[in-house]
Amino acid sequence: MVTLQQVRLIWKPVAFVLCLLPFALVVGDLFEVTGRLGANPVEEILDRCGNWSLRFILITLAVTPLRRLTGWNWLVRFRRMFGLFTFFYALMHFLTWLILDQGILLSAIVEDLAKRPFITIGFVALLLLTALAATSTNGIRRRMGRRWQTLHNAAYIVGILGVWHYWWQVKLDTTEPLIYAVILALLLGARLFRHRLRRYQLPFLTKR
Amino acid sequence: MLIKKPSDIRPSEITSPENYINRRDFMRVGAIAGGSLLAPAALAAVVPDSHLAKLPDVGSSPFSTDETPNSYDDITTYNNFYEFGTGKDDPVVYARDFEPRPWTISVEGHAEKTGTFDFDDFIKPFDLEERIYRMRCVEAWSMVIPWVGISLADVVKYLQPTSKAKYVAFETLNDPERMPGVRRRVLDWPYREALTIAEATNPLPILAVGLYGEAMPNQNGAPIRLVVPWKYGFKGIKSIVKIRFTERQPLCSWNMSQPREYGFYANVNPDVDHPRWSQARERRIGAGIFADKQATLMFNGYGEQVADLYKGLDLRRNF
Repeated sequence: MVTLQQVRLIWKPVAFVLCLLPFALVVGDLFEVTGRLGANPVEEILDRCGNWSLRFILITLAVTPLRRLTGWNWLVRFRRMFGLFTFFYALMHFLTWLILDQGILLSAIVEDLAKRPFITIGFVALLLLTALAATSTNGIRRRMGRRWQTLHNAAYIVGILGVWHYWWQVKLDTTEPLIYAVILALLLGARLFRHRLRRYQLPFLTKR
Repeated sequence: MLIKKPSDIRPSEITSPENYINRRDFMRVGAIAGGSLLAPAALAAVVPDSHLAKLPDVGSSPFSTDETPNSYDDITTYNNFYEFGTGKDDPVVYARDFEPRPWTISVEGHAEKTGTFDFDDFIKPFDLEERIYRMRCVEAWSMVIPWVGISLADVVKYLQPTSKAKYVAFETLNDPERMPGVRRRVLDWPYREALTIAEATNPLPILAVGLYGEAMPNQNGAPIRLVVPWKYGFKGIKSIVKIRFTERQPLCSWNMSQPREYGFYANVNPDVDHPRWSQARERRIGAGIFADKQATLMFNGYGEQVADLYKGLDLRRNF
């Protein structure tokens, strides 16, 4: 049995370090300590941060279905951390694009945001994530009451926009975005299924 | 216009016994680094050290740029060669064991000299030249590559196309046994590309057989590939096994796959955006992570040599 004490003092710090590892590897590879970023380092940083942001939104969305499935209620203690790491990697992805890829060239940035739908979609997802991250503290959650949950349902929209953003920019081989899309569909499907069960009043199946 | 050095050693001698020995060493290094297909970064550090056979009697060319070429490392580890995987770090790993010998090239269609040629016999009549060209990928990055090759115009003239020949089509090897990427139908294999006869007889395009003075690395299209410096990189078809002279415009792989995004001409043009991204600027590989993108030049800066080919053609429609 995992106690709350253990979660707070051991497993949360461990998870935090693990979540930060992909970023540490980017920095390590940048200075060629842990490896290399290859011939196009800007693209590599962009890809890695973007990929990890997608992975973290899926991990975040997986917490609740997994908790219901296994009964491991302590899992929910990690959800905010995973959500904040989704935001962190999305922000790093955005800043890499803004500073290293576009060189903060305003005309190019405005053109991209307005004319390239896949960039617009990614930007909207980042704005949503910013709102979620900004309202993630216990204090704000309490003050917002029921509206907090409504706002934080936007996590699903972030997942959809994120996968769409990835799918749209791939040149030809959509295998990887497809994998993300399938996982996302399963996670959303699980919620929809549960919602349905409750509507047809089968509470014994949804008692948790 | 071409500066050519007389040569008494024929280019056919590039397949010397040392070549095969080097190739073995090359594979051995790969094997040592192997077992770690999941760590291409580590492999990349190993593979470029194992260089291939030196090419003899390579002349220079007035068409070469004086820009600094990219490193051998950059050129051989960052490749689009979908026959060996769709990731840019896939070809260096999955083409490692590819054997580009024996190799034959078949010439078909409207030409006097058709038939099947052994690779060495095919390039024998021509002089090897170094051509340091800018390479602009449709994905908005670019490199400078010191190719070694033979003039495509010379090859076309040698094969004596008839008056019916309006286009030259090329095909890549399509061998799922030796090319793991071909087992997945991401493109309609074999990879196909083509030029008009006028383009193919322009002095700029080459059939490249090497780079940095050495035999062509597998991941760059061994043993022979097309280089057309004023067009996007995907026109530079790799590992060519077939050349066909046709009357009608041949089908080209990327154009077949996504006709809205990739045209037949595929001339580098900063004013005509890809539907999903801008082509106005490009990232020069190797410039460092804080380097700004640079402006993309019309016809990749080769307008002086090729702009005449497209007089009266609407380049926005014929992209």
